[in-house]
Parts: sequence; C-alpha cells; structure tokens
Amino acid sequence: MKKINWPLWLGFAITIFAFLSYPLLFVKWETTRDFPWINLPLFMLALVLLFIGLRRAFAPGRRLVSKIVAPMIATVCVLVVAMFIFVAFIASRWLPASTGAPQVNQKAPEFTLPDTNNKPVSLTELLTRPINNQPPKGVLLVYYRGYW
Amino acid sequence: MAISVDTPAESRDLCEKAGYTFTFLSDANLDAIRRYDLVHAGQGIGGHDIARPAEFLIDTKGTVRWRMLTENYWVRARPSQILEAAKALE
Repeated sequence: MKKINWPLWLGFAITIFAFLSYPLLFVKWETTRDFPWINLPLFMLALVLLFIGLRRAFAPGRRLVSKIVAPMIATVCVLVVAMFIFVAFIASRWLPASTGAPQVNQKAPEFTLPDTNNKPVSLTELLTRPINNQPPKGVLLVYYRGYW
Repeated sequence: MAISVDTPAESRDLCEKAGYTFTFLSDANLDAIRRYDLVHAGQGIGGHDIARPAEFLIDTKGTVRWRMLTENYWVRARPSQILEAAKALE
C-alpha cells in the first residue's frame, strides 16, 4: 500500500498558512503586526517537517514519483519563506528619508483636500471646528499608503 | 484624520467597511503629501507615487507636538503611543 509522505505535505500546508495568516489574521494585532512573532516559528516548523519529508522521499523502497515531487514541494516552500522574509525585513524598509517632513515644534504646513463627500477641508478647519460642541485639542494626522 | 492618494469614493468605501467616523482626505495629486515630504515614488499599483506611512500630532496653534516616521512600513504608531503624546495637548 502506498504510504503518504505526511511530514512533507504537513510542511507544505504550514508554509502556506504561515504566509497567508500574516496579511489575513496576524496583521490585526499590533504585537504580531510589528514583528511576525507567530509566522516565523511556523516557517521554522514547516522547514523541519519538509526536511524530514525529503529524507523520507529518498528512503529505500519509495517510488520514483515521490523522489520527484518532494524536492519540488520543498523548493516551492523555501521560495515562499524567502519571499516572506524579503518583504518583511528588506522591502518594507525601503522608505524615503523624508528629511523635509515637519519636525516637532515646527509649524504643520497648511493644506486643503476633499473629504469622502468631495467637500474641501483644510487643516485649519479641523483645528478649529468643534467636536461634540467642544473645541478640539488638536489633530492627529495619519498619512497612509492607501489601496491605490 | 487620515490622508492617502485614494479617491474620496475609495475612502468612503473603506470608512463604511471598517466603521471609521473620523475625517478621510483624498490627496490624489500628492499636494499635502509632497508638502510634508512623504512621497514614496513609484510604490503604488502601476508605478504611481503614494505616501509613506507617517503620523503627526498637531496642536490648535498648528504646531507639530509629536510625530512618527516609521523605518519599516509594517510598523506603525500604536494607539497607546498616540494617547501618551496627546496627554501633553491642551
């Protein structure tokens, strides 16, 4: 009877889960978003399982097809892990220096931009418009990448 | 309030989906993004310029009281950091 190489396929499944669970799940909590605390150990576990799976595939008595499929699966997984590490630790740091961004104690440059109803809104307006009949204490300006 | 290159309609969709009630401004021409030196060239879909993530706390006189320019866009200001900085406002 043909025996399934379960460490190989479990390693593959964990690799895919570790990759997808960052954007779909762990990005929701600041601790697991700022650093992939859960994803990296999952990748480590997956790589160990894949290594065991590869050794099994090349054990005596395995069919030729498992000797072909196992290295292919393992290669795909290593590429997925490499891509994750590249995006998380290298590409995400490619940011402009922004040396001309306003410093603490400097004046924030004024601007007027359309809001979600296409109504122009200025920074001055946000700093003076009452919220719940109370004057605002300030404004938090959040620039984000957007979804383009 | 939040600023990105997204259109007003895209931001409205986001607000409805996520339940955000604060102000979202659309800076498709990178007007304010350029004035704050936050342009991240060619990073959008199709090579469009977008904003790099950044947060500024501004007092009623229009002065920057706190800011965060992350070095890694996976890392953003946490609500606890912002609330701590906001304590100094009056």
